[in-house]
Amino acid sequence: MADFKELPAGAPVAQQVTNWFENRFPTAFDAYRVHMSEYYAPKNFNFWYIFGSLALLVLVIQIVTGIFLVMHYKPDANLAFASVEYIMRDVPWGWLIRYMHSTGASLFFVVVYLHMYRGLIYGSYRKPRELVWVFGCAIFLALMAEAFMGYLLPWGQMSYWGAQVIVNLFAAIPFIGPDLALLIRGDYVVSDATLNRFFSFHVIAVPLVLLGLVVAHIIALHEVGSNNPDGVEIKGPKAPKDKDGHPLDGIPFHPYYTVHDIFGVSVFLMAFTAIIFFAPEFGGYFLEYNNFIPADSLKTPAHIAPVWYFTPFYSMLRAITSEMMYALILCVVAGAGLGVIKGKLPGFVKAAIVVVAAVAVILMVAIDAKFWGVVVMGGAVIILFFLPWLDYSPVKSIRYRPNWHKYLYGIFVVNFVVLAYLGVQPPSPMGERVSQVGTLFYFGFFLLMPWWSRLGEFKPVPDRVTFAAH
Amino acid sequence: MKKLILTLIAALGFVGGAHAAGGDTIAWDKAPNKTNDMAALQNGAKLFVNYCLNCHSAAFMRYNRLQDIGLTEQQIKDNLLFTSAKIGDTMKAAIDPAQAKEWFGGNPPDLTVIARSRSGHGGTGADYLYTYLRTYYRDDTKATGWDNLVFPSVGMPHVLWELQGDRRPVYDKRTEHGHEVKIFKGWEQLSPGALTPLQYDQAVGDLVSYLQWMGEPAQNTRVRVGVWVLLFLGVFTVIAWRLNAAFWKDVK
Repeated sequence: MADFKELPAGAPVAQQVTNWFENRFPTAFDAYRVHMSEYYAPKNFNFWYIFGSLALLVLVIQIVTGIFLVMHYKPDANLAFASVEYIMRDVPWGWLIRYMHSTGASLFFVVVYLHMYRGLIYGSYRKPRELVWVFGCAIFLALMAEAFMGYLLPWGQMSYWGAQVIVNLFAAIPFIGPDLALLIRGDYVVSDATLNRFFSFHVIAVPLVLLGLVVAHIIALHEVGSNNPDGVEIKGPKAPKDKDGHPLDGIPFHPYYTVHDIFGVSVFLMAFTAIIFFAPEFGGYFLEYNNFIPADSLKTPAHIAPVWYFTPFYSMLRAITSEMMYALILCVVAGAGLGVIKGKLPGFVKAAIVVVAAVAVILMVAIDAKFWGVVVMGGAVIILFFLPWLDYSPVKSIRYRPNWHKYLYGIFVVNFVVLAYLGVQPPSPMGERVSQVGTLFYFGFFLLMPWWSRLGEFKPVPDRVTFAAH
Repeated sequence: MKKLILTLIAALGFVGGAHAAGGDTIAWDKAPNKTNDMAALQNGAKLFVNYCLNCHSAAFMRYNRLQDIGLTEQQIKDNLLFTSAKIGDTMKAAIDPAQAKEWFGGNPPDLTVIARSRSGHGGTGADYLYTYLRTYYRDDTKATGWDNLVFPSVGMPHVLWELQGDRRPVYDKRTEHGHEVKIFKGWEQLSPGALTPLQYDQAVGDLVSYLQWMGEPAQNTRVRVGVWVLLFLGVFTVIAWRLNAAFWKDVK
């Protein structure tokens, strides 16, 4: 047991109370110091560094509003739609809670996409922060599951048919697919059983996983320290430190970044509340118009589109037609050929490459394109996990990379937005071609990264972070 | 970085622009928004219970919520409550679903949130309803004797025909790319209705505003509260900004 600290007689009451708790629960006080008052973060954070805090804020908003929604929501196929309208009309301020939750869902993805992009351009996934990135990708995956299952709950036409389409994708997996889809639905079509299990996952299972991962993400981050726009290590052995061993380029998270975040949060809340109060449907993107029609298993809507945050991946799914399979087979053959001819690899590895490529090609011919579409859609998310081991550039931050790298990242963003746009639209021959090119670019960006990330003229990275006093 | 942001904004604009294009039948007229006009909403409610509620329910809307549009409970009971429903009940149509299906080929949809669900490429749900209720015409080839310009082969007969009278669309026939196409030109009034065309448009405007209000009774409260919330956040942001500056001014 740690030694009890005794305060001199006549110490202020506040200090006595604090001391009483610290003697009995020192871990909490240590945690406060490690994660807040003595967590040194680089002092050159810019605008991009607000989105982590905002993601945490939105998570809390979603949990709190979710708790209140569950008080009135009925997870029953016959009552669900009506209970949402009950919340919108008869529950005092229910409309506000509901709009906060529905807008929060979309804005969660906005801030998370921006947060991930920040990590991408400043190399925040590079050594020693690989695990922080991997936890973050797992959070993104959990968030997608959370959003997908939550979208079924209002039991509107889009809820119903969106779930039907996505669950049917699992049925495309060879051998286990149909049984797996049955297991997910709990029925042969999306029904009351599906609604109940999605409700259970949405309010308990996935949020628990999400919270655990968020804690792991933050602890792992504070273990290795935050990256910054210069990609300079402020806590490394060579980094300058003051007499107490604190980094000269760092600053305590509290109060400096808490006060920063309060400002960022208030700006964010202006956008958030402006949507809630003036455009909660957001032109049909946050609340789809079709979802104001109760689910009807006999009427398939003419055009089923997932909510906007899934559409880049949905586009990639739709891009994989049987025609596109030829292009993919060509990519596999070309990749294997390059590896064998150009790679300086031992003979047995080359033999293995040929065998793996041959098996892949056989499977690509044998199995329906729909399955490979599912693989591509899943792969588009899974590939993010491997980013730390794909980037070979000698510098972390985009600031010190060749200029054409910046354009490449710009094209990556435009490509992602175009894919998102095409995913909202009904299928068209032109859109199909564009999304196929976009899909190849998306995967090329990551899979060819070990090659292109080393190319070009890199700028010298400074020893200290660049910081101008405010 | 600025370039990146500009590209993003440009891409978003592209998304919005393309979204607005399209449309299948005729263009939707812009509906008047009278959701703040109590007299119009009350007239709309009257038209709604008299002409719509016989077949269509508004199963999520309670009669006593009509107090929000300036009516007292007694006024609602005396003028708008024709069934045996209680004032706290929701608006349910008396029609038997099985019979409805036989008569119209389908169940008349619930109208509580109809104005929200019908938004789309052509405009808001209110625009759609405003156009829909004003583009019925006589067509004796149809089972009900009626057809509609924005909803071809519609199952619902023209319930407001007494007010509008019989009409027939007039088309311009033109040849385009070797095909004869019909272009809608205007209307020919076959028999007068109880209302003049202008009065009819106003009545439909009231009804549609009522439907829009009923889709989200809190919509005007929402905007009023929102203004105060944003004003508060505006002030708070200034304080937070200065607080941040005060903390950071000594950081070198």
